Amino acid sequence: MSGQPFRLDGGGRIDRSRTVRFTFDGAACEGHPGDTLSSALLAGGRHLIARSFKYHRPRGILAGGVEDPNALVQVVTRADLSEPNKRAGQVEIYNGLKVRSQNRWPSLDFDIGAWTDRLSALFPAGFYYKTFKWPAAAWMTYERIIRRSAGQGRAPTGPDPDRYEHRHAHCDVLVAGGGPAGIAAALAAGRAGARVILAGEQGELGGSLLDEPADGRRIEGQPAADWLAAALAELAALDNVRVLARTTVSAYYDHNFLVLLERVTDHLAPADRTAALPRQRLWKLRARRVVLATGAVERPLVFPDNDRPGILLAGSMRRYLNRYAVAPGRRVALFTSNDTAYRTALDLIAAGVTVGAVVDTRPAPDGPLARQVRDAGVAVMGGSTVVRTSGRRRIDGIEVMRLAADGRSVEPGLSTQIGCDALAVSGGWNPLIGLHAQARGRPVYDPDTGAFLPGEPVAAERSAGGCRGTLSLGGALAEGFVAGADAARDAGCAGAVPPKPPIVAEEAEAPPRVLWRLPGRHGRPGRAFVDYQSDVTDKDLKLALREGYRSVEHVKRYTTAGMGVDQGKIGNVNVLGVVADALGVPVPEIGVTTFRQPYTPVTFGAIAGRGPGRFLDPVRTTPMHAWHAANGAEFENVGQWKRAWFYRRDGESMARAVNREVAAARAGAGILDASTLGKIDVRGPDAATFLDRVYTNMFSTLKVGRARYGFMLGEDGMVMDDGVTARLADDHFHMTTTTGGAASVLTWLESWLQTEWPELKVYLTSVTEQWAVMSLCGPMSRQILAPLTEGIDFDGDAFPFMSFRDGTVAGVPARVFRISFTGELSYEVNVPAAYGLAVWQALMAAGRPHGLTPYGTEAMHVLRAEKGFIIVGQETDGTVTPIDLGMDWIVSKKKDFIGRRSLFRSDTVRTDRKQLVGLLTDEPGHVLEEGAQLIDEATVPRPPVAMRGHVTSSYHSPNLGRSIALALVEDGRARMGGRIYAALADRTVPATIVSPVFYDPEGKRQDG
Amino acid sequence: MSRYSIFTLARNALTNHENWTEAWRSPEPRPDYDVIIVGGGGHGLATAYYLAAEHGITNVAVVEKGWIGGGNTGRNTTIVRSNYLYDASAGLYEHALKLWEGLTQELNFNVMFSQRGVMNLAHDHHEARDLKRRVNANRLNGIDSEWLDRQQVLDFCPILNRDPAIRYPVYGATLQRRAGTARHDAVAWGYARGADARGVDIIQNCEVTGLDIQGGRITGVETTRGRIGAKKVGVVVAGHASVLAAMAGLRLPIDSHPLQALVSEPIKPVMDTVVMSNAVHAYCSQSDKGEMVIGAGIDLYNSYSQRGSFDVIEETLVAICEMFPILSRLSMMRQWGGVVDVCPDASPIISKTPIGGLYLNCGWGTGGFKATPGSGHVFAHTIARDEPHPINAPFALDRFASGALVAEHGAAAVAH
Amino acid sequence: MMLIECPWCGPRDQSEFRCGGEAHIVRPTDSEGMSDAEWADYVFMRKNPKGIHHERWFHAHGCRRWFNMTRDTVSDRILAVYKVGETSPVGDGAAAEAGAEASK
Repeated sequence: MSGQPFRLDGGGRIDRSRTVRFTFDGAACEGHPGDTLSSALLAGGRHLIARSFKYHRPRGILAGGVEDPNALVQVVTRADLSEPNKRAGQVEIYNGLKVRSQNRWPSLDFDIGAWTDRLSALFPAGFYYKTFKWPAAAWMTYERIIRRSAGQGRAPTGPDPDRYEHRHAHCDVLVAGGGPAGIAAALAAGRAGARVILAGEQGELGGSLLDEPADGRRIEGQPAADWLAAALAELAALDNVRVLARTTVSAYYDHNFLVLLERVTDHLAPADRTAALPRQRLWKLRARRVVLATGAVERPLVFPDNDRPGILLAGSMRRYLNRYAVAPGRRVALFTSNDTAYRTALDLIAAGVTVGAVVDTRPAPDGPLARQVRDAGVAVMGGSTVVRTSGRRRIDGIEVMRLAADGRSVEPGLSTQIGCDALAVSGGWNPLIGLHAQARGRPVYDPDTGAFLPGEPVAAERSAGGCRGTLSLGGALAEGFVAGADAARDAGCAGAVPPKPPIVAEEAEAPPRVLWRLPGRHGRPGRAFVDYQSDVTDKDLKLALREGYRSVEHVKRYTTAGMGVDQGKIGNVNVLGVVADALGVPVPEIGVTTFRQPYTPVTFGAIAGRGPGRFLDPVRTTPMHAWHAANGAEFENVGQWKRAWFYRRDGESMARAVNREVAAARAGAGILDASTLGKIDVRGPDAATFLDRVYTNMFSTLKVGRARYGFMLGEDGMVMDDGVTARLADDHFHMTTTTGGAASVLTWLESWLQTEWPELKVYLTSVTEQWAVMSLCGPMSRQILAPLTEGIDFDGDAFPFMSFRDGTVAGVPARVFRISFTGELSYEVNVPAAYGLAVWQALMAAGRPHGLTPYGTEAMHVLRAEKGFIIVGQETDGTVTPIDLGMDWIVSKKKDFIGRRSLFRSDTVRTDRKQLVGLLTDEPGHVLEEGAQLIDEATVPRPPVAMRGHVTSSYHSPNLGRSIALALVEDGRARMGGRIYAALADRTVPATIVSPVFYDPEGKRQDG
Repeated sequence: MSRYSIFTLARNALTNHENWTEAWRSPEPRPDYDVIIVGGGGHGLATAYYLAAEHGITNVAVVEKGWIGGGNTGRNTTIVRSNYLYDASAGLYEHALKLWEGLTQELNFNVMFSQRGVMNLAHDHHEARDLKRRVNANRLNGIDSEWLDRQQVLDFCPILNRDPAIRYPVYGATLQRRAGTARHDAVAWGYARGADARGVDIIQNCEVTGLDIQGGRITGVETTRGRIGAKKVGVVVAGHASVLAAMAGLRLPIDSHPLQALVSEPIKPVMDTVVMSNAVHAYCSQSDKGEMVIGAGIDLYNSYSQRGSFDVIEETLVAICEMFPILSRLSMMRQWGGVVDVCPDASPIISKTPIGGLYLNCGWGTGGFKATPGSGHVFAHTIARDEPHPINAPFALDRFASGALVAEHGAAAVAH
Repeated sequence: MMLIECPWCGPRDQSEFRCGGEAHIVRPTDSEGMSDAEWADYVFMRKNPKGIHHERWFHAHGCRRWFNMTRDTVSDRILAVYKVGETSPVGDGAAAEAGAEASK
């Protein structure tokens, strides 16, 4: 047992038959299965395990669980994989576990950073607001130093190899908390037939029942452990009850939506973490009813030097003693304001640990527990307080004086010195009301216990046991049974039976005494920590008050109290008490600070689940995608789609590839996969009326078999989307939208249809993915397509521009549109998606003799820019009207449409708005940068410079043998032929303003 | 007012810090003021400060329904930048940024303005085009702004995901080096202290319940602490602008939405800049204390509850884990929400109203913090002179009728 | 995350829905005769109340139907769900009451 000198010979729930070996700061340590890191370190006699945030003070284990403000460690799984700020009380040890202490250099025992403690007078709360101001430029240097000394643990250096899982679930009753009240509630609800989820934070359910010694409190005449075993067995046998260990109810959102974090493999040695299991599982739970049974955490007393290693909370000390069979020291003193410490004292005595004294702030501690301690021969010092403690890396003694009647000062006289190597402290209990408050409940202050209790619930929740302020075991069990049965009944479970709470034999506890800041020796208040983790003393709080930071939120923010990893679970109530005391007002007047989600920190990766990586955003591909990939295509993102951007041949550059594709489309034939365009089937007797209202131009006059290009505006008059819509029948249209706008346009149309014009009989169906679309263009396109097609007469008059015909292409039913986005003779072949690849391949085969060239979106952009065709989102940005684009012809004057009135506002009728123009650089080889700003001056003046517009699109045009650009320019149409300059970082590029149509302005080529 | 410096700090250390005076008083409201500022957030306190400091108007009260700086000032992710696209916005935010650069000295209060740079990521050439347009515009407006290519981005922020095969790999970014973060609480406190020293009354726990309007002019406000008369009233209540406007019978082009944010536990420095991405919707920085400070998107429904929904948090952390793979094993320590008032053009309203002596400053959406000094400065001018400063003239309420919007929503989709 | 009772599908997670803002805004049919300010009132101005709000919701990842909902924007409690064209069963009296409650 040499590695565990403080392990008791008997008792506890650890498995002594096996030894677990781990390291702490490289030193070999050991424990047993069932140990947490805290209990194993204590068994090894190690109390100093951390350094505090600001003053780098030596700190030990204060508490038994997640609430511990001190015991934060770094758990190292691999060199590049370690996690900061793990609570030692929550880390279950396994063979090979490596743990490092944090926030110290070079070592935990000798930490250079501790100089800040020596000079702490210079670092009161908020010192940084008052200093580091001079010289102004030096702040970045000061800040770097501050940052290096702040922070606690270190982030991993490598990516996270683990998997996290999400699970969605519903239940009738969620019970949060695996202690006696929670188990009782789950039993009652489960027996009533409710679908129950019981979530317990620790590896083993039972909560405080696990802290009872074998001869401790009895339930229905049985030892607590036996009752617990039977209860857990009953729950396990109930099919309608799911028990989750290592699962924290982390957050409580509106409408009874809760988030639970289940730690699935963290407690296992890496070798035992099978790939089948996620590291952690996040439960997203909708519960009809919630029973909160989260218990209470003990709070320390606020007295001088109250933060030394070796000072433990009394209840936590009892847990280490009974559950883990660990003696906190050889000679222990206790300091309390309530009866908790007496149970600890009795158990220490029973375990053979010397108890030096019990110091009690109550004048005459005389409850049954105090009497038992006194009867055991231990000195009980009533009406007394600890005015000082000593010991650098571990406590070695305390000094006790008599308290004055009001508890604010000490009485004259000598102090008593008591040697000890551990001190148990209890300042009362803080019910864990965080979840209640997250669910919008308003906590209520109880002056008798100095605690906040849950108020009237707002959500469908109820509290039971310690979190309701009920600290007796019998009371907790009774409340749990009632809460569980009531919750099941409220959730509609008919089988609810009246609960019969078990009878518990336990001593009644005498009332506590509520005192906040305890005095030091005469005139020497000493340093008393209120928030250990953030190193906030009562002096800091009082300084904040003195400086006018009176709201408790100001106090917290100014001093950083409660802002640490523990979020003030232990410290916050003491903060409120000290502040109220200092202001001389009752605690409720101070208010209570907000309890924010989550209850304890939740791993980012667990919240993200499977979201990052492959599933970040769906990848949409067209039916012809594989062909593109096999033929050298590089893809670009357009919305969620992958579109062929250009096809690289024989290692050519992108520019060469695009030039080749552009030239081919004009000289011979090109083919573009246009399947990604949004397609909406619009049907119903009022379809034409509807389209008249949503498009700027008229669609009711469109003849069956014809198609028309249209603009949709927002109600603000700005271009929102565009596309070609064809009339399939009197009551049936095929609408196309931009690739990126497809989903939003459908939703937008639905909203008008359903909410503004429900009287219109129109039905919209997205058919984007039903059609594969290939756009065949160029002078040879007809020769390629016609031989493959049946049932369509390609004669010019029979198949005019802006019309469509149904037939078959390569034997597949097809709808062929004669529309053009390139200005060439062009056919858009639509076939059912499943045939897309086959038809594409047939076209490619048929086109080979004619030099048919697949072209990508980049060539498409060049081709359309040569024609001055706009792209919504590139030539428009939500501030551009059709008139700005020079497309007045598309705006009907005969009808109302969405956005029409906005075109007549005083700012939209200005004639000097930014208008679409073309630009030709003086230097024909210079391709302007897209996004370049345009100015009037040949040399850039001093800022601010008046900007006249910007370049929206810019390409090398192989057909024109020079660069071309589209731009939005103020009063642009009136400036045709005028000069303008693109302002680059180092120079300007002169250009001439021209028409945006660069190629075939007469539009002859579209007819072949 | 106690002067703050290393010397006064050292001197006070000798007296146990017991001689520091209040940063601001807590006076009872007087019956009348020349100007009442409704709303004790950063913008309201800055307005009061500049009324006193620049316009000599010191008979001013700031009335705050809770505690100063408790609204969006104390809930935001503290990003400060001025690289806006349009001239009007660039003018406003750059005005603010220039004031930020001297604010610690101006206020004798360290607001920890940290010019660690803000990067706006592009994930493909389409985004790059829009961002370059902004860089070019910024430069011509005299705002520092540069374009970084992929490698430069990864060098500048090494913890970004370097895998070129991810869904939205880093393509490039704009960088504004003068941009960064500031300590949000300090801004409110610093302005409060400065305003108080110049005679401004800061009245907390005083909720305005009505506006007294007679003959088309404001004459005072009704509050939970009684009526307070005023010749002029400036309303600066982010999130609640519509509620106050309704008291004057006005409707605003504003919807109030929840906006959430979160922090990790504090860790040693891993990131010394601010990174924002629109496509992978997240933004992130590291506070001086060591927490990773992460902003989420808005919830798309109206709410005044300062609570949002979990799926927004989830989406945000998906984006963070995607962009910063090493952060996946950190933990969310705290999350919270605020109420932001969102204008259709994603630009604020700093304006006179149809009611004489009543002025509005609202509609900052998700990005008001960065503008705090500039907003207060031009709003004070607007109130003092009863006419807008040239910088805020484009941000008048009547732009919604004329159509002359300052449409930053296209340019800064994830504003803030 | 709210639990929303779609009139067609029943209770579903809020994440399936999209909010479409204030309900019962009627598009003017005579915009020709309206002033810029009157038109702006329709396009941009909103009640945005603190308390009872009648709003449009869209079951985007469900039946894709729009419907109306009355919700308290302070408590986020849903007070009524009703179909397009119907009036909210929650009247102005209730609105005042909820407003009073909200300001507590």
